[in-house]
Amino acid sequence: MSEVTGRQFPMRPRRDTTPLSRTLVMVPLAVSAVYFLFPLWWLLVAATKPFGRQFSGNGLWFGGFGLFGNIGKLTAQDNGIFWRWMLNSVLYCGIGALVGTLLSAMAGYALAKYEFKGRDHLFGLVLAAVLVPKILFTLPLYLMFSGIHLIDNPLAVLLPSVVSPFGVYLSRVFATQSVPDEVIEAGRLDGAGEFRIFRSLGMRMMLPALVTILLFQFVDIWNNYLLPAMVLSDDRLQPVTVGLVGWNASHVAVPPPLVVIGSFVSVVPLLIAFLALQRFWRAGMTAGALK
Amino acid sequence: MLLFLGPFLVLFAAMYVAPIGYAAVSSLSVVHRSALGLTAPTKVFDPIGNYTRAFSDKDFTASLGRVALFGVVQVPVMLLFALGLALLIDSRSARGKGLFRLSSFLPYAIPGVSAALVWSFMYSPQSSPIDRLLAPLGIRMPYFHEGTVLWSVANIVTWSWTGYNMIIIYTALQAIPAEILEAARIDGASAFRTAWHIKIPAVRGALILTAVFSIIGSAQLFNEPTVLQPVSRGSVSSTFTPIMSAQSAVNAGNYPYAAAQSVILAVLVGVVSFVFFKLTGRGERA
Repeated sequence: MSEVTGRQFPMRPRRDTTPLSRTLVMVPLAVSAVYFLFPLWWLLVAATKPFGRQFSGNGLWFGGFGLFGNIGKLTAQDNGIFWRWMLNSVLYCGIGALVGTLLSAMAGYALAKYEFKGRDHLFGLVLAAVLVPKILFTLPLYLMFSGIHLIDNPLAVLLPSVVSPFGVYLSRVFATQSVPDEVIEAGRLDGAGEFRIFRSLGMRMMLPALVTILLFQFVDIWNNYLLPAMVLSDDRLQPVTVGLVGWNASHVAVPPPLVVIGSFVSVVPLLIAFLALQRFWRAGMTAGALK
Repeated sequence: MLLFLGPFLVLFAAMYVAPIGYAAVSSLSVVHRSALGLTAPTKVFDPIGNYTRAFSDKDFTASLGRVALFGVVQVPVMLLFALGLALLIDSRSARGKGLFRLSSFLPYAIPGVSAALVWSFMYSPQSSPIDRLLAPLGIRMPYFHEGTVLWSVANIVTWSWTGYNMIIIYTALQAIPAEILEAARIDGASAFRTAWHIKIPAVRGALILTAVFSIIGSAQLFNEPTVLQPVSRGSVSSTFTPIMSAQSAVNAGNYPYAAAQSVILAVLVGVVSFVFFKLTGRGERA
């Protein structure tokens, strides 16, 4: 779970490389950075322009400041439904990720620390489910939910969201790495029950890993567009992604600048969280790559 | 032990295994509507009816072909881009490594749908900053032509995922022992030769892994084309990808046909994953 460690080169002067090789390396890097950043830059610029001028000019430089007025317009549209969508997103993702992480932690811990018949087959099944994308299960889920009348019910989003084969995979990897068998044995000798050992020893030692799993699940649920779009037709139940795509598809009914501003407002918290929690991301991806 | 695994397994069975089973069973009957639509549609048991229909449905087979073409072109382009970036950032001539790593990884933080919304403004004639920069040169980009719209979609996917793949490859590069690279340097190997003979072979595993995930990702193409659809002036049809096609069968009220399309897609993806899983050798990492 440590930060990715770089290779340790002995210190050497910078002139070790030639100007030509530096140019050959830096120019493509700079061009690609522009490619990755300019859509986000455009979004920032457009969202801060006064309302109605989002698409004026070449779009790459600021022109007047109207961010607060824009957020006011966004709030006024359809009786503030935008904030309701944001709240829905946070609730679906927060509850789904918390419950899902707990389930994954327990299952991964059991797969790592208990010997039982069929364990390898079970883990193989979980791995296979990691490889088959969730979206393929969405339409069958929709058909099943409409068979049992669970459409337009938040449970239709939450129940599938708490199941994360990737989370189970990660927590098995982390449990193997960070919870020594001796600690569990010591707990048993002290007379602690299995669940108590898991809760007070296992969970504590896996904590940094659990944060990683929580993040992955949170973003996974936030990213899942098809499931809520299918099972929630009542727009007051929808998450912000579904709501904004609905506005975008409505053409004239909702002014396009509002879609720009809404996108900006919904993306900023994610970007901030992403930057603040970078090292947890890399921990999860490194574990994924070591498979 | 069961206490730990139980909750996950019950939900896993209910949310993964049951829907596929439900879809498989319901795909076995065919919806019949009377010619005038005066009576309610009836379901008739016909185990292969929906499947023969799917394979002779030009829209559905075209959507399968489209994502296959997408996978064959977009995945190698994106991975070469990611590999190139990882090698450049890893090279000793690079400055500001952290900054470049972060800027390419940043799009990963943007949800797929939001990324597609932002790019739809990059493409749309009313707002496109790209068009406005290129206008003085007399260039107009055909974002939404029949033949190019798939690549407009591919660009959004590439933008979102290159950094993610780059980080995985970069992490593998970092694991190469410093002595090996030092030895190559002392032997006078150029940066290109080192990259070609030492670094690229060393990240082979990471490349295979990212390729598998990217190929599987192509099969689920849905968010980006769906967001572009209203601004595409018709070039993104409602059956553009297999999942969109199944969804439009749902919208038409034909659930068994949608179920059959989902089952076909799930089986195809399962087979492709399985083959890759075997080809890349699970035993290697034991």
